[in-house]
Amino acid sequence: MPSLKDLKTRIISVKSTQKITSAMKMVAAAKLRRAQEGAEEARPYAERMARMLNSVAKSFEGQKGGAKMLAGTGSDQTHLIIVATADRGLCGGFNGSIVRESRRMTRDLKAEGKTVKLMFVGRKGRDVMRREFAADIVHEVTGIGRTGVTFAEARDVAGKVTEMFEAGEFDVCTFIFNRFKSAMTQIVTRQQLIPFAAVEADGEAGESQEKDTGPKATYIFEPEESEILAELLPRNLSTQVFQALLENSASEHGARMTAMDSATRNAGEMIDKLTLTYNRQRQAVITKELIEIISGAEAL
Amino acid sequence: MADTVNFELVSPQHLLRSEPVEMVVIPCTEGDIGVLPNHSPLIATVRPGVIDIHRDGKVVERIFVGGGFVEVSSNRCTVLAERPMAVADINREEVEESLAAARKAVEEASEHEIEEARKHLTLNEEMMAAVDSINHH
Repeated sequence: MPSLKDLKTRIISVKSTQKITSAMKMVAAAKLRRAQEGAEEARPYAERMARMLNSVAKSFEGQKGGAKMLAGTGSDQTHLIIVATADRGLCGGFNGSIVRESRRMTRDLKAEGKTVKLMFVGRKGRDVMRREFAADIVHEVTGIGRTGVTFAEARDVAGKVTEMFEAGEFDVCTFIFNRFKSAMTQIVTRQQLIPFAAVEADGEAGESQEKDTGPKATYIFEPEESEILAELLPRNLSTQVFQALLENSASEHGARMTAMDSATRNAGEMIDKLTLTYNRQRQAVITKELIEIISGAEAL
Repeated sequence: MADTVNFELVSPQHLLRSEPVEMVVIPCTEGDIGVLPNHSPLIATVRPGVIDIHRDGKVVERIFVGGGFVEVSSNRCTVLAERPMAVADINREEVEESLAAARKAVEEASEHEIEEARKHLTLNEEMMAAVDSINHH
């Protein structure tokens, strides 16, 4: 049986833990709101970019030798996987689920005899994956989104990817991140960046496109398609990366908020239990002292 | 027949404008394009420069953009812009400073950096021109 003093110390320590977790929850909630707003405000750009790219891509349909970034290199031997995690932990299963998915994908691809290159955004994923796949890591970026994700950060990541692609270092590029559904649920998503997956853009902008353009419009291109495409594709890559990073950061804060909420609740339960034991024991001590006094008095 | 065109200006972070206008003049890579109602569908690249928004026969707003794309279809004009900024909000001193830095960067740039540095310089020069033009008005 722990002494009264031990119990007291435990209670105090759990209480201060609870204070920390509840503060973290509050911070995460505030950041979540901002990240969510950011993600929502960035959506119009991504949608219009996808619509525009679709229009340009359509005029290329059936033609051979379009842009490589659109059509792929014709091979899928080398894969680049970009793993986006958080820089910090204490956010429930957020990092774990991304890492699990990335590991599965890496193993599957390797089992098929493909070459895999890994690029990390965020420290946590790198730390875990390094144990198994240290040799495959080609690039890493940390410190993103400390003050909210900016487009410049996304452009840097996309720039690096473009550079590697142009140097022929990989054929297919996939981005793994958590898509934000609600503060409770985040969905691990694989998004193919290169070659550009037009299906996805259709899903996002398809409806408005049908309504808006009416009869199929033939566009005037200025300068010609291939030049526009050459500009549009890297830009689109940045936009997609940006969108994914925003989603990821919203997910991170959501996951952290949920995790800290339950931690605070657990701490509360723990305090209740400890306080109960503490009071019982205090009472037992008092009773014992009383008995001692009474029996002492009787003995006289 | 509609007598306005829906003008949308979108930056990566925000939807900045979505309003009917009489005409917009957009600085495209191959020359300025004036978009009036019922313009034929068009996709073009935008160079750094100033977008003029016309209403009631006058320029009511001037917005600087650092490049991007424009799509015109079914009476809607969408500009995907990088770094849009109202011309009136541009700080002259800041532009001067970054213009000087850009000039220096071009001089010092190595071979594969030079294109990037030149682009940056053009951007700053255009920004400067935009600031100057407002003082003359």
